[in-house]
Amino acid sequence: MSEIIRTSGFFGVVISLAAYFIGMYVKKRLGKGFLNPLLIAAVLVIAVLLIFRIDYSAYMASAGYLSWLLTPATVCLAVPLYSQLQALKKNIRAILIASAAGVLTSLLSILLLALLFGLGHADYVTLLPKSVTTAIGLGISEELGGYPSITAAVIILTGIMGNVSGELVCRLFRITHPVAKGLAMGTASHAIGTAKALEWGELEGAMSSLAIVISGLLTVVGASLFAMMI
Amino acid sequence: MRYLRQLCIILAITCAAELLHHFIPLPVPASIYGLVLMFCLLLAGVIKPAQVKETADLLIEIMPVMFIPAAAGLAESWSVLQPILVPALIAVLAVTVLVIAATGLTAQAFTGKEEKGDE
Repeated sequence: MSEIIRTSGFFGVVISLAAYFIGMYVKKRLGKGFLNPLLIAAVLVIAVLLIFRIDYSAYMASAGYLSWLLTPATVCLAVPLYSQLQALKKNIRAILIASAAGVLTSLLSILLLALLFGLGHADYVTLLPKSVTTAIGLGISEELGGYPSITAAVIILTGIMGNVSGELVCRLFRITHPVAKGLAMGTASHAIGTAKALEWGELEGAMSSLAIVISGLLTVVGASLFAMMI
Repeated sequence: MRYLRQLCIILAITCAAELLHHFIPLPVPASIYGLVLMFCLLLAGVIKPAQVKETADLLIEIMPVMFIPAAAGLAESWSVLQPILVPALIAVLAVTVLVIAATGLTAQAFTGKEEKGDE
């Protein structure tokens, strides 16, 4: 089975897309916030791979084309950012301070967790960059002596968590300002959270994209400093 | 042809970003250099929004789909995740909520003040 699929240039793409459309359908029918199409699609794809005993690498042979689009798509986030230039200029102080507050909260919480669970240096720095975009996080984890593969898993789970829970958390803490909602999503859960912020509106999406960049760069510096503590 | 021309511009910037990533020794991915580069080119007026708009909108709209392969790959990382499962889960579940709240509330405090200042 794996062999046939490995030679197919389309199988992985087709089951990924089909799983996503099923996910959108389920969300539309049931309307629950935690039923996120991305989450449903991931679970469905994993189920299909397990049931038909397909290797992940065979699936990736064609599904990899979807990931390939991620870099140019991230570059494109500059376009809504540019069209929101006025809002960006107007809120520049809030943007910088809020991203810094978010990054600091993330790093401090991980430090506390590590102390609480008695984690060693390697496990600690593996978790440190969990809120930033995958590629930055992997770089930090590797640089500081962590396990990049675990970092990748934690980062993706964090993104899904932010995407799924963002709406509820914002409502719970009465975060209603579109700028604040966008910044919160991008700082806490990078591009996967930004996908959700874009659903809310262009301003939210632009703020979230901006937060990915700012919090990513702040984390590069912040994580190196925090890494010295354990 | 318009979409193709727009795609060509976007991919050209992505290529330039890969070069930057290659030559600057920081753990910053090509995608982030590309985002900043595209933003600067738009600011400088070298690229007009109309020259990339439709294709950019399309790529952004279908972005969630691009995360499915990586998310499905989580089943593969299960064994490496297991030893630090509990702190990792707390980091994912609780810390993410904390960061959303901290960022959002801080931003809201400052945007509120600035708006009042404008009045």
